[in-house]
Amino acid sequence: MTVRELLRTVGAMCVSILAASFVVFASLYAAPGDAESVLFGSTTPTDEVRAAVRDQYRLDDPFLVRYVHWLGSVAHGDFGTSFVGGQSVATRLGATAPTTLALVGLAGLLLVVIGIALGVPMGLRPGRVDTVLTTVVAVVAGIPTFVSATLLIAVFAVGLGWFPAYGADGLRGLVLPALSLALVSSAMLARITRASVRAESGREYVTTARARGLPSRVVVARHILPNAAGPVITAGGLLVAALFAGAIVVENAFGIAGLGSLLVSSVNRQDFPTVQAISLLLVVVFVLTNTLVDLAARGLDPRQRRRAA
Amino acid sequence: MTLALALPAGRSRPRRARGVLGPVGWTALVLVAAMVLLAALAPWLAPYPVDQQDLLHPYAGPSPAHWLGTDATGRDILSRLLWGARTSLGGPALVVALSLAVGLPTGLLAAWRGGLVDAALARVLDVVFAVPGILIAVLAVAVFEPGLTPAVLALAVAYLPYVARTTRAAARAQRDLPYVEALELQGMGGLRICVRHILPNILGVVLAQVPVAFALALVDLASLSFLGLAVQAPAADWGVLISDTSALLQGHPEQAVYAGLAIVTTVVALTFLGDRLTEGRPVARARKEKR
Repeated sequence: MTVRELLRTVGAMCVSILAASFVVFASLYAAPGDAESVLFGSTTPTDEVRAAVRDQYRLDDPFLVRYVHWLGSVAHGDFGTSFVGGQSVATRLGATAPTTLALVGLAGLLLVVIGIALGVPMGLRPGRVDTVLTTVVAVVAGIPTFVSATLLIAVFAVGLGWFPAYGADGLRGLVLPALSLALVSSAMLARITRASVRAESGREYVTTARARGLPSRVVVARHILPNAAGPVITAGGLLVAALFAGAIVVENAFGIAGLGSLLVSSVNRQDFPTVQAISLLLVVVFVLTNTLVDLAARGLDPRQRRRAA
Repeated sequence: MTLALALPAGRSRPRRARGVLGPVGWTALVLVAAMVLLAALAPWLAPYPVDQQDLLHPYAGPSPAHWLGTDATGRDILSRLLWGARTSLGGPALVVALSLAVGLPTGLLAAWRGGLVDAALARVLDVVFAVPGILIAVLAVAVFEPGLTPAVLALAVAYLPYVARTTRAAARAQRDLPYVEALELQGMGGLRICVRHILPNILGVVLAQVPVAFALALVDLASLSFLGLAVQAPAADWGVLISDTSALLQGHPEQAVYAGLAIVTTVVALTFLGDRLTEGRPVARARKEKR
């Protein structure tokens, strides 16, 4: 990959993020609900208070000025002031983001471990076990997070009482949410791993390696797995990023105070600065992961490297 | 002597392979069709009105009067499932129909024009594609207000790239085939070639994506209803039925289990159907390998 290629990809990514930030800001700017009615509710403020608040939230500035100002402050880590409670949005993000990161981290770990641990044996050994597992995995891939979350709560929290049903209390409270978050994606990763391993096992170099008398362990570890890794890494990266979207649902299902539940409660309260901040953060995460995965795939695959040059 | 070439009246369509579905595919198709039929006939099939309460019999178990029992306010769960199927299946159907209606022309335009138009459209679609549908829908709900309409519209935008990309790839492959060149040489307009000749040739490939897109939209829309952002609580959407946490905490997960089962059955059937339809289709395979 040339430096120029890298610069172009990073440039395109920045343009995408900038475009997305504009859409996020503009759509909420155009929202029918008036910021004032959200801020004051049913109370009627005095003129001074009203002017001060309008000044604080820059409600009198033209649209583009507000956008540029918002973008500038965001670049400095200032996401504005929440409409609810007058707290700074950055403080609220700081209070919730670690929980979401812990949840996604734990789920990501589960996703990768389960997905690969299931997918590799399925891919290596065709037969009855593979057929059964393929069907099971296909069914699990069809269980949406909010369904698995509800079932996990019903069985392990309400029924058996092993875990708290609502509200995360340390790592123990994150076990069920992470499991429910990882379930669908791990099934998808298992399918992709299986397909990739299966495709590589049928290649001629594998036959050659076996013909040379290499032990099966070496053939698998040194030849098949490294070559099968490409699609697994690509899909794994995208699936881990998608966990942030799944976290919106899971956090609400389990009543965890993370970015996702903050996003939904802010939407319901029309707290636009908070919605803008979280949406922007999530979009950046998604676009960034897409770009990184793209670069990684190109870096890993010599054929793509040559084609790109 | 003049050379007269009549514009071909028929369509340039390859022969469709028969028996693509197989037993699994047919079972899946029958299941999906049954679900759709149940939803369509809900007003006649449902034994009770969707919101008829019976406060004397909350959380009743299965009985001849209530096959699947009742919920916290004595509403018949079976009736609510049947009525709920209407928004749970109708919503995603609308999402897919809308994204097809916009995505097909967009993809055709990108493939036909190529160049700058193609590049610009690809860039926009890439950005939309990078953002999960559920986030776009949450944003739309924040802008308007919680409800089925903004959620459906937002998801239609989110699924646009799926349709447009598949259409573009398939149409791009047709663009350079001799028959298109021949039609152009005969003076046929671009629009007519696209609609009369290219579209029928690629429609199968594009429509093969519908079951999976439908399943994804179903899950997204039900998730939004679960969050209270799409279909609202007294209504009986499957996502809403699962979101009844008070029943769950009181040890009555039945309603959630039935609704969950309905969702999982439909989604799995759609996935299997989609797999059977896309298997062995060259364009779909090429697209999968590329990703």
